[in-house]
Amino acid sequence: MRRLGLRTVALGYLLVLLLAPVGVIFWRTFEHGVGPVWSAITAPDAMHAFWLSLTLVAVAVPLNTLFGIAAAIAIVRHRFPGRWLLSGLIDVPFAISPVVIGLALVLVYGHGGWLGDWLAGHGIRIIFSTPGMVLATAFVSLPFVARETVPVLRELGTDPEQAAATLGASPAQTFWRITLPAIRWAVIYGVVLTTARALGEFGAVSVVSGKVAGQTETLPLFVQDQFENYNTAGAYAAALVLATLAILTLVAMNLLARLRRGRSATDATPTRATSTRAVTA
Amino acid sequence: MAIEVHDVHKRFGDFAALSDICLRVEPGSLGAVLGPSGSGKSTLLRVIAGLEQPDSGRVLIGGRDVTREPPQRRGVGFVFQHYAAFKHMTVRDNVAFALRIRRRAKPEVLARVDELLALVRLEGLADRYPGQLSGGQRQRMALARALAAEPQVLLLDEPFGALDARVRAELREWLRRLHDEVHVTTLFVTHDQQEAMEISEQVVVMNEGGVEQVGTPRELYEHPRTEFVMSFVGEVNRVGERFVRPHEVQLLPQSDAGSREGFIDRVLHLGFEVRVGLTLDDGDQVWSQTTRERADELELEVGQIVPVRLGGGRVFA
Repeated sequence: MRRLGLRTVALGYLLVLLLAPVGVIFWRTFEHGVGPVWSAITAPDAMHAFWLSLTLVAVAVPLNTLFGIAAAIAIVRHRFPGRWLLSGLIDVPFAISPVVIGLALVLVYGHGGWLGDWLAGHGIRIIFSTPGMVLATAFVSLPFVARETVPVLRELGTDPEQAAATLGASPAQTFWRITLPAIRWAVIYGVVLTTARALGEFGAVSVVSGKVAGQTETLPLFVQDQFENYNTAGAYAAALVLATLAILTLVAMNLLARLRRGRSATDATPTRATSTRAVTA
Repeated sequence: MAIEVHDVHKRFGDFAALSDICLRVEPGSLGAVLGPSGSGKSTLLRVIAGLEQPDSGRVLIGGRDVTREPPQRRGVGFVFQHYAAFKHMTVRDNVAFALRIRRRAKPEVLARVDELLALVRLEGLADRYPGQLSGGQRQRMALARALAAEPQVLLLDEPFGALDARVRAELREWLRRLHDEVHVTTLFVTHDQQEAMEISEQVVVMNEGGVEQVGTPRELYEHPRTEFVMSFVGEVNRVGERFVRPHEVQLLPQSDAGSREGFIDRVLHLGFEVRVGLTLDDGDQVWSQTTRERADELELEVGQIVPVRLGGGRVFA
């Protein structure tokens, strides 16, 4: 009985908080059929927002993946002064409100900012254009890969890497053949989380973008803009696209988790070794 | 190939892990480094492998000074206590690693791997992952992996330390025979004196970062140079300033000129051997080691007082 009660509470909470609002979006979107939705999604400003969001993800996620792996290795494997500082700084984007991050970027790169005027003098525009939005997106989604990778790298220990060295592998060979395969699931998790965060970011991007429709509007900004201008059809359609992308990301993450569980199960049962190999290949 | 270590020092902060180490391991021999934990034995092995840099001193392998060479170019095989298996690779890929790094031809790699797997008796398990092997099998895989590139020297760091007693005993015997087949200069580290004495012809005893004594198991047991070696290699009784081996504590049928009296506290029957715990007349407690026949002859029982002669024994300055 108690377990049943607990389940009801958990599911009820999810229903009220998550499923109902998302469900309503789907329902309201298709209220008048597929036609209006299609035209709303394919409107030039909506398409532009969609591509701009994907562009931000395409730049910020690889950057943060490379940085995250490098930072994790530095934190776990190297001894240098300021190591604890690096480890602490990585968490800063979690701690600071995205709006503050956006303002900080404006103060540095904007008009009258530390670097802004110098850059403007060289014809480089950061704030109110794509580079600034990339910076904001990269900033808010920075911690995930490093945070996922650090504990796995620590647990791996240095033995396998040292073993590879005594077997003749150069540091680069050791990284590609030993370290990276060992941390790959952590990195993949980190990438999925980074993508989800980058895709949904509103606050920081909103501050640095200037919110010019068809130019500096990402999908979340577009949704907000449409909503405020009473264009509910457009807002719902764009929200639907955003929700779909987010759900796809989560599904990908769940599939990966399942693959991984399948793999660790085969670690214990010899008969399924071949399927394990298919996964690793 | 001989291993030579000259005047090696190594500190970790304030802790002197190795001080003034000099050592020579003969080509083709099977040597042991024996010492308690913290004695520097693993650090010494890692310095030879190039996994640690000494603060000063030199390491030579086969006459070549490798002190500044990275581990990749020292031609060593290294076996870790906790296997250091590449968990994402099959047993075959683990063993093939060194050969693939060296870009050997595929048929050659496969043939060599099969040969090594046969040598460590893992033929049927080539397609398994390390997670599917027992500890003993994992360590044999690690050994095959270390031997793949035909190293000049093989270094094993507490190779059987993580295994249970029966598997340890099996693998010891097996390592001994493997060495007879492969003949690569081998040095292994252990804290288990029985393991060291069973496997090796030459044992290096280490304590607090220094070498206490180098010798055959028999030399170490019979002619220990320091108190530490005396008490670490084999069992020992302390009587006043003297150190006496249990087999040198003789129980007599009747007292004579040099004998003392001992009160029997315990009698342990360990198969062929019998151990008798005694309190001597001046209060020292000692163990005596004798045979079953002898114990039967003397009809030893707890509570008896027997004449005891302390033969041999050594005093260290």
